[in-house]
Amino acid sequence: MLEHLAALQVVLPLVAAPLIVLARSTRFAAAATTAVSYACLVIAVALASRVAADGAFSYALGSWQPPWGIEYRVDALSAFVLVAVSLTASFVAPYARASIAAELAADRQYLMYAMYCLCLAGLLGITVTGDAFNLFVFLEISSLASYVLIALGRRRQALMAAYQYMLMGTVGATFYVIGVGLLYLVTGTLNLADLGERLRGVEDLRPVLAALAFITVGIGLKLALFPLHQWLPNAYAYAPSMATAFLAATATKVSVYVLLRFYFTVFDPAALFERLPTRETFLALSVAAMIVASLVAVYEQDVKRLFAWSSVAQIGYITLGIGLENQAGLTGSIAHLLNHGVTKGAIFLLLGGIALRSGARAVTVGGLAGLGRRMPLTAFGLVIAGLSLVGVPGTAGFVTKWFLIQGAIERGAWWVVVAILASSLIAVVYVWRLVEVAYLRAGQGAPARLEAPAGMLAAGLAMTALCVYFGLFTSINVGGAADAAALLLRGAP
Amino acid sequence: MSAIPAYFGYWVTLFLMIAGLYILIARGNLMKKLIGLAVFQSSVYLLYIAPGKLVGGTAPIVAAGFTTYSNPLPHVLILTAIVVGVATLALGLAITVRIREAYGTIEEDEILERDRAGAR
Repeated sequence: MLEHLAALQVVLPLVAAPLIVLARSTRFAAAATTAVSYACLVIAVALASRVAADGAFSYALGSWQPPWGIEYRVDALSAFVLVAVSLTASFVAPYARASIAAELAADRQYLMYAMYCLCLAGLLGITVTGDAFNLFVFLEISSLASYVLIALGRRRQALMAAYQYMLMGTVGATFYVIGVGLLYLVTGTLNLADLGERLRGVEDLRPVLAALAFITVGIGLKLALFPLHQWLPNAYAYAPSMATAFLAATATKVSVYVLLRFYFTVFDPAALFERLPTRETFLALSVAAMIVASLVAVYEQDVKRLFAWSSVAQIGYITLGIGLENQAGLTGSIAHLLNHGVTKGAIFLLLGGIALRSGARAVTVGGLAGLGRRMPLTAFGLVIAGLSLVGVPGTAGFVTKWFLIQGAIERGAWWVVVAILASSLIAVVYVWRLVEVAYLRAGQGAPARLEAPAGMLAAGLAMTALCVYFGLFTSINVGGAADAAALLLRGAP
Repeated sequence: MSAIPAYFGYWVTLFLMIAGLYILIARGNLMKKLIGLAVFQSSVYLLYIAPGKLVGGTAPIVAAGFTTYSNPLPHVLILTAIVVGVATLALGLAITVRIREAYGTIEEDEILERDRAGAR
């Protein structure tokens, strides 16, 4: 039983989805989704503790030995991402009940749970698989499910947002397949570890360079790397609350994982970082994302879209570590997968409650007026999560920036340190705008106190508490990330 | 010009790839965009399949009299990719139908125009 945990991690949500569709019952769907999400978290933690004790291990799917069969491989990096994804899932699943009930017609709610399970299965599958083509299949499973989740938004703009995301996402995935195809033509293998071994010491071979370009652009589209982020603001703004929270906290992070995996274990890092301008490219794009997207967020009126732009900026922090390419920088990057996941997850979960109670089609900045009176707990949670976004000491966001700044100083890249501080200052501006409206401007009419439904509020506040927990006790996020960063820098496939 | 017959498969792949991407970007009609997407994805099927075929090669079944085998793996991979492509296209068409119901048009510029008018 125990040795099959790596496969169960993916199989559980994958089997839950068709069962939910067959049962056609909202109550069963909600119960199954919650149970599966918790089970996934338990499995992920078990896998992570096994990796921490005994090191990386692999699982031969169907007993077909790698490199011929599909290998599932769990090491420090994938275990960390598995925990981050399933942790978010375990908060979103209990939240979903009230949120979905308020946003969808009763006879279609179970389908949304099924899509959520499929999306979870895809994301966990991407992380656990050790096979380049299997990774593509899981990438498409999670992407197709997330297009549907976004299209289920209440406003008609959601359809167009889902369509745009579908076009961009499919082009991205197809670019990835082209890259993998070229690598397969050169090496004759699809196993990631095997690919890594065969590509070591390969001098600048044109098909390998082309594969690198295709995979970078393809995965860059999926993770919303700066100039390729056009799909993200609309998709996050118009998706149902629960979908926004889940996708913002997990989908782009898992794509970053794929990029890390390819850059540090499949391609030869020596060639990548010494002979190609990888470092400069990633530093420039990340800094552009951090500054430009934050500035756009300052002028945004729709609150969900404001935080979507802030996500683009935060993804800049994550990719910054790839450009720094040292222990501290990568630790910051990988820790931020989790730190930003809980921060943005908490924000979107709380915003879902605000949207539900305001009844408006979209939550605008002005619509938050008097929030401190109407929903004091929600407003307080939003402030704490906002502080984590800014990177105030004692919150998760600070931990990331601490390591990134350390990494930048080690590289001697002072302009990057300045950029991190500038981006944080801009974040202060857009978070303060919300705080000012919520606490200092009175709402219309008598302020009746009405918090979000208990399930939604509890999930949102629990995730907010995690922002503070990961800021004060860093053994999980920084400890796990430092192991993963060391693994990547050793360059062993 | 000898490069063209030798790399015929790659030239066709490249043509389909660029043509598909061009339709996807240049056309404003949501249906035509999906057709471009389908053409673009087809080019990848060819990229995998074409190098897997050996002239004179046969199916990889060990039997007397046959020594040259074609690689079956690309076919299996592309079978999976075709299924993914079909699913994507089906979802794209379903969303296009919903867009048509919600907006009454499937021209991108008209949809954006109606959204702007609605926002005012």
